[in-house]
Parts: sequence; C-alpha cells; structure tokens
Amino acid sequence: MSQAAATSAVSTDPSRRARLAEFWYYFSENRGAVIGLVFFIFLVLLAIFAPLIAPHDPTQQYRDAVLVPPVWQEGGRADYLLGTDAVGRDMLSRLIFGTQFSLFVGVIVTTLSLVVGVVFGVIAGYFRGWVDTAIMRVMDIILAFPSLLLALVLVAILGPGLVNAMIAISLVYQPHFVRLARAAVMSEKSRDYVVAAKVAGAGHTRLMFKTILPNCMAPLIVQATLSFSSAILDAAALGFLGMGAQPPTPEWGTMLAEAREFIQSKWWVVTLPGVAILITVLAINLMGDGLRDALDPKLKRS
Amino acid sequence: MSVILEARNIVRDYHVPGSFLKKAKTVHAVKGVSFQVEKGKTLAIVGESGCGKSTLGRILTLIDPATSGDLLIEGNKVDIAKGDLTPEMRRKVQIVFQNPYGSLNPRQKIGDILTEPLVINTKTPADERRDRAMTLLKKVGLEEKHYNRYPHMFSGGQRQRVAIARALMLNPKLLVLDEPVSALDLSVQAQVLNLLADLQDEFQLTYVFISHDLSVVRYIADEVMVMYFGEAVEYGSRDEVFADPKHSYTKTLFAATPRADVDSIRARLAKKKAA
Amino acid sequence: MALLEIENLVVEFETASGPFRAVNGVSMKVHEGEVLAIVGESGSGKSVSMLAAMGLLPWTAKVTADKLTFNGRDLLAMPASERRKIIGKDIAMIFQEPVASLNPCFTVGFQIEEVLRVHMGLDKAARRKRAIELFQAVGIADPAERLGSYPHQMSGGQCQRVMIAIAIACNPKLLIADEPTTALDVTIQKQILDLLMKLQADHGMGLIMITHNMGVVAETADRVVVQYKGRKMEEADVLTLFENPKSNYTRALLAALPDNATGDRLPTISELFVDDQVEGAAR
Repeated sequence: MSQAAATSAVSTDPSRRARLAEFWYYFSENRGAVIGLVFFIFLVLLAIFAPLIAPHDPTQQYRDAVLVPPVWQEGGRADYLLGTDAVGRDMLSRLIFGTQFSLFVGVIVTTLSLVVGVVFGVIAGYFRGWVDTAIMRVMDIILAFPSLLLALVLVAILGPGLVNAMIAISLVYQPHFVRLARAAVMSEKSRDYVVAAKVAGAGHTRLMFKTILPNCMAPLIVQATLSFSSAILDAAALGFLGMGAQPPTPEWGTMLAEAREFIQSKWWVVTLPGVAILITVLAINLMGDGLRDALDPKLKRS
Repeated sequence: MSVILEARNIVRDYHVPGSFLKKAKTVHAVKGVSFQVEKGKTLAIVGESGCGKSTLGRILTLIDPATSGDLLIEGNKVDIAKGDLTPEMRRKVQIVFQNPYGSLNPRQKIGDILTEPLVINTKTPADERRDRAMTLLKKVGLEEKHYNRYPHMFSGGQRQRVAIARALMLNPKLLVLDEPVSALDLSVQAQVLNLLADLQDEFQLTYVFISHDLSVVRYIADEVMVMYFGEAVEYGSRDEVFADPKHSYTKTLFAATPRADVDSIRARLAKKKAA
Repeated sequence: MALLEIENLVVEFETASGPFRAVNGVSMKVHEGEVLAIVGESGSGKSVSMLAAMGLLPWTAKVTADKLTFNGRDLLAMPASERRKIIGKDIAMIFQEPVASLNPCFTVGFQIEEVLRVHMGLDKAARRKRAIELFQAVGIADPAERLGSYPHQMSGGQCQRVMIAIAIACNPKLLIADEPTTALDVTIQKQILDLLMKLQADHGMGLIMITHNMGVVAETADRVVVQYKGRKMEEADVLTLFENPKSNYTRALLAALPDNATGDRLPTISELFVDDQVEGAAR
C-alpha cells in the first residue's frame, strides 16, 4: 500500500521529459556515477577531436627527443607535455589517439556481443525445451574456459590484430548476455500482457522481440556498460601480450607492451598508459553502477 | 436466442513430470465441465483459488487447449491443439485479466496497445485504426489525450478500462473476464462494473465472468456456475443458485461471505454481549 | 487509558517529484480489548499510518505527530532500541501476504521459536512446548509435526495461522492486522477472522484491523475509522457507521457495495461524493 501510494506520486507527469527527469534523479543520487559520466563524455570528445587536440602525430618519431621525461621533471620539454617514448613519439598524442581505439573496441565488442547474445538468449528463454538446452550448453562450454585464455586461443587461430581481438573478446562475452536475456525473458514470458498479445494473435517473432524484449532491456544495458570496460581491459591485455593491436598503433595495451623494458628506469612510458586504462575503466564502471541504480526497478526506493 | 459459447465435457489435465524422488503424476484441473451461454448473457464462474476456474477461462479464450471435450463458438467447433484456430475465430473471443498492472505492456503507449490487435489481424489503414482506438477510448470513459501515454501514468481502474478497450478492438462476440474487478478499489469496482454493463447492452456482448466474490456475481450474472476442485458442483440461473443452493459447498461459500448489512451487525453485537 | 494513542500524525515521503504526504493529520485511539477497523481504499494511508506508529517505514519517510504513545509511553521520543523491545512483544503485526511474510529458508518452527527466544528468553524445551501450544491455539492440526515444515509446504491459510501464532507468541497487548485476509479465499477468510476474534476475546487484546472490505469491517469491528487520501473522514462505532453514516464519503462507499445495489447500475463514489481537495487542485 505504501508502495502504491508512493509510485503513483513518482510518475503521473505524462511527458517523456518527466521520465528522463526521474531517471536523472536516481542516477544523480550516485555521485560516483556522475563523475564517471562526465569523464566518459570527456573521453568521447577526446576521441572525436583527437586530430585537433593532439599536439603531434602519434606515429611521428622525433629522433632528437628520445625518452624525454614529462615537462615537470628535470630535463622535460614544453613541446612534449607528458614526455616521449623509446623512439621519440609524443606520449600525450599517443594517449589521446589511444582513446579512439579503446572506445572503438568497447563499442564494437559490446554491440556485437549484445546483439548476438540477446538474440540467442531470447530464443532460448522463449522456446525452452531442446533449443534452450542446446544454446545454454554451448554457453556453458564457453564459460568453462578462463576468458582471457579463450580469447588468446581464438586470436591465435584467427591471427593477431585489433579486429580479430575484438571478435574473440565479443565471443567470450557472449554467455553473460545470453544468460541475462534468457532469465529476463523467462520471467516476463508468463506475464499477463504477453498472454494478452497472444490473444490478440501475435506470432512468435512479434512476441519475442516486440512484446517481451523491450521489457528486458534494463539489466542488459547495465551489463553492456560493464562489459564495455572489461572489453577495453581485455583488448589492452591482448595488446600487451602482442595478440591485439600491432605496433605502431597507439593502443594503450600495445604501448604498455612496448614499454616493458623501461619499467624500472623511465616510469612515464609505462605508467601513463596504465593510468589511462585504469581511470577509463573506473569511470565506465562507476557509470554502470549509477545506471543500475536508475534502471533496475528492484533497487528503486519507493 | 442464439448460443454463442458451448462447452461439452471440457477436461484439462496437467502432467507433472516425475523426478528422482517423485513419481510422475497427472493433475486434473478441470474435470468434465459443460455449459452454454446465450448471446448477450453473463455466465459467472465462481470458485476459490485452485478450483480450475482460471484454467477453464484460458481454455475458453483459446490460449490453452483442452485435454478432451468440445468447445463450440457460435456453433463451430474449435480445437487449438489441432491448429484450426483461424484469425476469424481468434477475433471472436477476447479476455480481460485480473491484474491491470500486469496486463498492459509497460513499454507500449496506450495507442499502440489498442491498435496492436488490428495491426496483427487486419489490413486496416493506420488512420482508421487510430479512429477506432479513439472511439473505444472514449467509450470506456477515457479521453483522447490519453492515447499517447504510457500505462504507468494511469491508475488501476483506468488501466482496466484500457484493457477492456483493447479486448473490444476486434469486435469480439464473447468476452472472458478473469476477476476483472478484484484488484480494484470499491469505488473503482463499481465504475468498472457499470461500464461492463453498459458495453454489454450496447454491443450485445456475451460475458463469461470469472470471480470469487459472490456479491459481485450476484450483481452482474444471469447464470452462475460454482466450481469446486475442477468440477461444476452447481449450475443454474442466478436467482435459483442464490435462493436455493443445492450443493453443500455452495452453502459453505454463502455462509462464509461476510455481510455488510445492519441486521447482521446487530446480531453479531448481540451475540458478543451475551458471551 | 488508551493503549495506543495517535494525535495529528503526518507522514511525508521524499520522492523524485517532491514531497508526498501519505498521511495528513490523523488521530485515533485504541483501547484495551477493543477492535478498531481502519477502512480505506488504496492511497488512503491506512497502512502507512500504522507502519509509522510502529516505526517500520523506510528512512525516506518523515513522521511527525503531536502525540504517539503506547501504554502511556512516548514512541517517538524513545530510542530505536527501546522501541524495538516493544514492537514484536507488546505490539505485534500480521500482514496481507502470509506466504511472503515468512522466511522461506527456515522452518516455521524455527521462526516461531526465534521470536520466543528473542523476546521471552525461554530455553529450548520451553520454547518448543510453547510453540506447540501456540500452533494448537491457532488451529493447526498436528502441531508438533508442522513445526518442521517450510512455508512453501503450507497453504496460504495455514501460513496466515502461523503468522498469527508468531504474532501472539509474546501475549501482545495490541495486534495490528494489515489486510489479514485479502489474499485468502472466502471460506479461509471466515476461519481466519473467527480465529482472530476468538484470540482477541480470550486474551483481551486491542486489535486494529486494516482493511478495504466493508464486509470484514461489519463482521469484526467495534469501532471504525474511515480514511481517505491520508485524512480521517469519520470515526464511529460500527452500527452507527453502517446505519447512519455522517460523512458523504462513507455514505458513497456503502452505496457502491454491490450487496446494496438496487437498480441495474451501481452508484459510484464520484457521483455521490465530491472530493473538495482534488476538485480544488484541478481548478
């Protein structure tokens, strides 16, 4: 009863703006989420305008400026704000261009695994029976492997490169989406509005993707944000192992791999890409938490 | 008077598969129920939870097949297990559910909810669909401005009106009402019952009204069927059943229904004082 | 002296679209050995006012009252730990969904013995003996055997009996029943209501019945409070309320009962009762 009273008070305003306002109310409750969102927008802008912002070409090698430290350290130069790497490329420019690759990896991997995973998950949850068993056993097999190891094997088969790494990672992430979608569909399927659509004469495809799926999106969106960051992390890991983006691509993981020998002496070559990965992943995860607070009705306080 | 719906000896069994420790067993949810409903009349199916009344409702609405028995709609035999469910048949029977919060798709606008049956079943052009939805929206006591809103912006009673409008979109002959007012407040319940009565008069609708609430049944029904553990233990006209219940279960049911009249309060208070 | 005394209770919830006043200046008294029914439709604040009195509302709720006392002790002023000692012992509550109010992970025996352990400090053997007594009192067949059952193995009516057994375990002075029979079938409802009335009479408890069902009110209450949109519309003893209701709202509510239908259409509340507050806001 108290819930009924409170929910009716929450949303009686008809406009779409009011729903957005309600979403924002729950999202902004979580301060970390807002910080994450701001940083994420900053990253997107950085990626889009990278050629305009970056002071140098990321692959241009300045022979006269090899391993220059950042500007605030002794020997640093104003030309290279965050220093240069072993072959004289500007770190700042490479990090800025690196956001392009990281976001690209995140977007492609997430979309790919989301779309394919949702299709399989919805089919499994809707039809049940042997279809369900078949799909879920395949997913269980994928899940049985350590994810990075499986990705590594796949890349080894497909051949190293950023595109193949993305395919491998999205395959590894598949089961999470399939499981989530399946569980959500199974709980929605017996609801009255689905039966009502059936009585109206809706066929299987319509029921699955038009009636049920839109009501299952909240957990999937949250999972998508979280895999966005894991995808960046895994792509970096593959890059570090030499299986992802190949040099001289300014990808953060690859940059780390190239800088391995300087871990003890030239800290900036190693630390800066690492820090970039760290705060990007952290920001996206914080954002995902906020999204969950705002989208998951179970966590909504009424 | 023409018979719209006839059920002959409807049986529905559920097979519960066995497991490691349990033997497989068959649950008889509906055990051979027969009845007829005439055009423009209301048959009330009364019973407590688990008596099979909702299962029967789903069979009548052609959602689930019956295990055996015949279902005749306007004299035509329908058996969805055999797959002879044509769109024309589908259009003749529609349903209104108990819980108005679960029966409307939360991600669809009212307009889309109402026009969906037409989109699926007919080739009606978009503006005609819209007109029909608007007409019915007004008929059930809502307004045109509600067309573009989402279900969560409505109260329970308003949602139930939307659900009724949706059921009427295809011009059905028979409406199965599965406890349509038991989730509603008293004041809203009266409004929805009135609306149902108005619609029945206007469109010559036939109702199968599933309920556990005897006072509502006494008010709305022409004929009453009482179900108990899958069996129809009592079946007759409303006045017959209420005036002279034959089966002991029906009597128990009547005795258990709380009475809200002054005389019975007086009697209770007097008894309490005496004790 | 009144058992529970509430004066000018106001409960506000903080929501996305601003504060929402669920209870607006409600006052009532419950005496020992009395059955008070609080009637209202959803949104009338009938449950919220009782939850507020027991301090069971989430932190988003703001509760204020001129007076909120139990047995002469101020509930608002006392620390939470003190209040917890009273609630569950001297004030007990049962809810609408009996199956959901029991913890599905533990046997019902464990759950009733837990209450006995926390509030009464009985030892193991005494707890079990008392639990069996209680199950007998609420009419559960095979009490000793039933203690080992899990909630899902019992029907809704049996679960409600267990809830009642737990509620009366510590001989409470006041029992609050929040729609105790709404989820149950009529024949079971009758049994549960009879049981509640019997226990109330035997123990001389105060009983608050929160309900929307006028039939239940007529069958149980001594005195009735009618609430609407967080406000108290009327308070009267049960016979007066049904015979000669003072407020328009109560009159409309009684007229809308299908039992009282005279024509072939029911009078609806909006026809009979103009809600001045809502009307005023619309203009």
